[in-house]
Amino acid sequence: MEEKLILFKNRKRFGIEKNIDIIFKNTTLVLSSLVAIVLFGIILVVFFQSFESFSRYGLNFLVTSEWNPVKDEYGAFTAIYGTLVTSLLSLLITIPLGVGTAIFITEDFVPKFVREIVGSFVELLAAVPSVVLGLWAIFVLEPFFRDFFVFLHKFFGWIPILSSEPAGRNSLLAIIILVVMLLPIVTSIARDTLNQVPKKLRNAAYGIGASRWKTIFSVILPAALSGIMAGVLLALGRAMGETMAVTMIIGNSNAFSWSLLSPGYTISSMLANQFGEADGSQVSSLFYAAFVLMILSLVVNIFAQWLVKKFSLKY
Amino acid sequence: MNSLYYQKKLSRNVVDKFFTFLSLFCALIAILPLIFVVTYILIKGGAQINPDLFTLEPNPPGDDLDAGGINPALIGTLVITTIASIISIPVGVGGGIYLAEYSKGGPFSKFVRFGVNVLAGVPSIIAGVFIYALIVSTKILFGSMYSGLAGGMALSILMLPTVIKTTDEGLNLVPNELRYASLGIGASMYTTILKITLPTAFRSIATGVVLGIARAAGETAPLIFTALFSYYYITGFGDLFYEMGSLAVLIYNFALEPYDAQNKLAWAASFILVMSILTVNILSRILAAFTEKTKRV
Repeated sequence: MEEKLILFKNRKRFGIEKNIDIIFKNTTLVLSSLVAIVLFGIILVVFFQSFESFSRYGLNFLVTSEWNPVKDEYGAFTAIYGTLVTSLLSLLITIPLGVGTAIFITEDFVPKFVREIVGSFVELLAAVPSVVLGLWAIFVLEPFFRDFFVFLHKFFGWIPILSSEPAGRNSLLAIIILVVMLLPIVTSIARDTLNQVPKKLRNAAYGIGASRWKTIFSVILPAALSGIMAGVLLALGRAMGETMAVTMIIGNSNAFSWSLLSPGYTISSMLANQFGEADGSQVSSLFYAAFVLMILSLVVNIFAQWLVKKFSLKY
Repeated sequence: MNSLYYQKKLSRNVVDKFFTFLSLFCALIAILPLIFVVTYILIKGGAQINPDLFTLEPNPPGDDLDAGGINPALIGTLVITTIASIISIPVGVGGGIYLAEYSKGGPFSKFVRFGVNVLAGVPSIIAGVFIYALIVSTKILFGSMYSGLAGGMALSILMLPTVIKTTDEGLNLVPNELRYASLGIGASMYTTILKITLPTAFRSIATGVVLGIARAAGETAPLIFTALFSYYYITGFGDLFYEMGSLAVLIYNFALEPYDAQNKLAWAASFILVMSILTVNILSRILAAFTEKTKRV
């Protein structure tokens, strides 16, 4: 009895246990700072690798569209234009579709289990790898839309963006496949935000006699606007960086054209196409293009995060 | 005037009906792609499934007779995602533990959380470009250039944010009472974390990590110039330092081949890839719904 009591009294934390505790804490600290290190590593490495091309072509790289490894002349205008046009146009189509779907899921037009099925279908779509969507686009989407594109060109060819003879893979198909990929992002974020809008607002609107859609347009959507905007920006970042499906269906041509019916290029498809075989100053130019892409997506992403923080729902 | 009754012809009711159908139309369009993609993969890919597919090497494009199997790509995908998991799970879980258990919401943890979100938004091809510059072009891995190891590293960069986020969020859901109880009976911080909080949050972390792995298995862009592609069987550990095939890159390469046999192989590979990814996703969904119902306090 006496002995046990002493044992109990002297039960202190041993040195070794204390050390393990400190080591454990510091290990996790190091591991969490690895994220920052990797992020800065990516930015620095890509920047330094593009330095040669950057100092040679400067900002001219962004506005010329010559890409000629033989003559060592590089300009990424076609790719940058392609990236911006495909991502912005696809977003323009996705926003109404995605928000419309999100409204359908959050309102009670149909029984709950139907809405849940629709919701999980849309989310499962996000799980399909982009390379598989590319395969599907090549063998199913392209033949399906071929006649439609001919028709478009025949009747609306006077519009500059439809002015070229449709030939196989083109930018418009890339836009369509991007819509498929962005839909789940916009829908799920819009749905989450709409679900967070307090019931009080809806009831108040109904109470003063607003119809359902009047309520949605004048009360619920404005209240959810910041969240939806953030989702849209995230989708934009995703669209600009999306590689595989776009590379497989856009046709990969550096010849600049206003028309969406002609083959195009995006920065990421240019990287996917040329990186493996590039050497010399072409590599540096590709890194420069990658740097431009990274800055674009970083700006969009950081802006999205800022938006979420600044305007998140406060009720 | 029966103004209290619902009047069909009233303009506000007509407009309401119109928008309701419009949103129904949006929802229909939104679910069409998944149905179409899955149907085509089931039909076109399912038809190609036979035992040879899993055991043979793919034949180089050109001889149009027989495309062979996808064994090297199948094993390659398993190997590369395993490497990515081995790197990103310890780092991610460790980092998540720091954020959730040790940090007190100071500038460092805010910055790391911000960094995690930014890293999650970095285009996947940039991860490939980064590993290319860091590992492939410098031949830092014992003189080997394109290798399965480099491919796994590129994928781990993509998995890292997912793992950290799910760990952080999972641990934050663990009630503080458990921590107080454990610390109160004299357990040290690391015992508390390893024996109490981590096991409690295990299920939600595991779900998130498995979904992250499933996502990584389908990633192609980071692999096309880090792991490249290989037509040959993987025979031993030495093969980690050479070009390694994967299902995703096989689909990309063979979809662009002009030969029918290779295209068919791409469909077969898609079938296997999509079915496994969708299965994992649906299972984790069911599991999550099940846990929701039988939630322990």
